[in-house]
Amino acid sequence: MIRLIDVTRTFHMGDQAVYALNNINLQIAAGEYVSIMGPSGSGKSTLLNLIGLLDKPDSGLYELDDKAITDLSETEQARIRREKIGFVFQSFHLIPRLTAAENIELPLILSGMPSAQRQQRVANALQAFELSARAHHRPAELSGGQRQRVAIARATIMQPSVILADEPTGNLDHQIGAEVMLLLENLHHSGTTLIVVTHDRELGARAHRQIGMRDGKILTDQHDTD
Amino acid sequence: MTLIDTLQASLKTVVSYRIRSLLIILAMALGVAAVIVLTALGDGARRYVIKQFSSIGTNLLVVLPGRAETSGAFLGSVLGQTPRDLTLKDAQLLGRLPQVRRYAPLNVGAAELSAANRLREVTVLGSTANLIPIRHMKLAQGGFLTQGSERGAQIVLGAKIAQEFFPRSQVVGQRVRLGDSRFLVSGVLASQGESMGFNTDEIVIIPIDYAQAMFNTTSLFRILVEANSPGEIESAKKAILETLRQSHDGEEDSTVITQDAILSTFDRILNALTLAVAGIAAISLIVAGILVMNVMLVAVSQRTSEIGLLKAIGATSTDIRRLFFAEAVWLSLVGALLGFVLGQFGSLLLRLAYPQLPAWAPAWASIAGIVVALVTGILASMLPASKAARLDAVQALGKK
Ligand SMILES: Nc1ncnc2c1ncn2[C@@H]1O[C@H](COP(=O)(O)OP(=O)(O)OP(=O)(O)O)[C@@H](O)[C@H]1O
Ligand SMILES: [Mg+2]
Repeated sequence: MIRLIDVTRTFHMGDQAVYALNNINLQIAAGEYVSIMGPSGSGKSTLLNLIGLLDKPDSGLYELDDKAITDLSETEQARIRREKIGFVFQSFHLIPRLTAAENIELPLILSGMPSAQRQQRVANALQAFELSARAHHRPAELSGGQRQRVAIARATIMQPSVILADEPTGNLDHQIGAEVMLLLENLHHSGTTLIVVTHDRELGARAHRQIGMRDGKILTDQHDTD
Repeated sequence: MTLIDTLQASLKTVVSYRIRSLLIILAMALGVAAVIVLTALGDGARRYVIKQFSSIGTNLLVVLPGRAETSGAFLGSVLGQTPRDLTLKDAQLLGRLPQVRRYAPLNVGAAELSAANRLREVTVLGSTANLIPIRHMKLAQGGFLTQGSERGAQIVLGAKIAQEFFPRSQVVGQRVRLGDSRFLVSGVLASQGESMGFNTDEIVIIPIDYAQAMFNTTSLFRILVEANSPGEIESAKKAILETLRQSHDGEEDSTVITQDAILSTFDRILNALTLAVAGIAAISLIVAGILVMNVMLVAVSQRTSEIGLLKAIGATSTDIRRLFFAEAVWLSLVGALLGFVLGQFGSLLLRLAYPQLPAWAPAWASIAGIVVALVTGILASMLPASKAARLDAVQALGKK
């Protein structure tokens, strides 16, 4: 359960203030599938980063699972990112010198899980995302779709309750992008909250709830009625 | 993130940036190796000098005429006094002191030695039989002024001189002429080579009376005294000075130098030299440390987006600081150990090239070299590591 109350995030460029988020009120229940759309600079990424605890509001309240996040220490926030949140980025953000398997293993290492257990989980994830044959390849040796599959495997390896995807198909062609969306939607079907930022109306329309943003404000918030 | 995982992950990073890592490790290693080799050289020189100096005698005291202090000599010259000479009588008085095991009066001069149609100038030592044991000389053949022949016109030849004059025949028993006098060769010194700038292979030794007659003097150049034990050196020194003062009508006009004092002076000087050299070498370690800092700062800015990602997937600032810190520790540690090996190898080469020089790096130098390398590496990585840890996650992710 995600709850934002009167959340504002301002950036200062010289003496000019940019309201990246302007008095946002938003509630997303566990297991929802939400798309966020809007023109460039409307605050989509800022909202996603804030939900993912990478950024902090200047004012307002953010509660995750009924806990006020704003008061938590840096270490506790890192722990929540590790255990409850999985990020998927447009540019994949894989570490180039690590293999696919090692990239997927990273969150497990950060959590302090013993090595034997990690190998098991990584092997399962590689299989689930059809990457077993590419386990020991580096990102440079993978296709765009494979890279994003590695990134999604990494984002889900800790079995988070929320997946945040910032234009996950932005660097992929239409066909591959659709396949990646299917993977993310599968995660949603197994109960994970899925929030996707996208420019693609068609992809955005697949979500059960569509949020439209402009100038740091939520303009529209449509729920499908099926 | 567990410690072992941190160490493993950072080691992997070090290995994957192969050339960069090799260069830093090399810089560190050369610094440590320089410390080790230079201290090995310094300490080897110290031990070489000490050994040479110890080999000239045991519990040795050297008595020489004249005051060592300038003030005394100055006063003496103002009053028109010259220091009184040491005489054989003085030497005999010293021989009666309870702290003294034995003594040898000494005169030194040069004369022409001729025998078997050969002629050359040699350094002549005039002394008594005790000179041989006091100065740790060894006879290869024969003896010198042995019991029953104390007053004979005997001569002992240095090894090289014996070889030059009598290359094929029996040396002991030969007759030689030194200056205007004739001598009977009673012994040959064992070859010892040069020690403290004095080559015993090219001297001859004759009885003190003959030397004084030959050089037309009644005074002595030195008196060598051997104390009973190391503990008695100081009291022997006092007793000798007191004896000579009384013998010289209350004038303090003699000087006693102990082998101990000279040894410890050399020891101090050469130790200081070794330390200074080690210190200069250690500066190269500081330079290596600055290199580590520079490289780690570059690494942080190169890997900014990676740091952002690590934060996004749940790394704490502490995790990130430790990762960069561990990376620098690996570089310094491997560099230091490689440097240790290189340094030991270099010292070995030194010892092979100069067998007389015991070029072993003292343990403190090896340890200090490694510790300084580690400490500079660690200190140098602190700034980059905390810079990495403080990066803003969102901005870091945005960097390409
Ligand atoms: N670090 C920053 N410093 C200054 N301004 C910023 C910063 N980050 C974002 N902004 C501003 O905040 C606003 C919202 O940015 P945001 O990245 O959330 O937009 P977006 O909707 O994700 O756009 P896009 O579709 O182009 O990704 C923009 O005007 C942007 O210029
Ligand atoms: Mg964006």
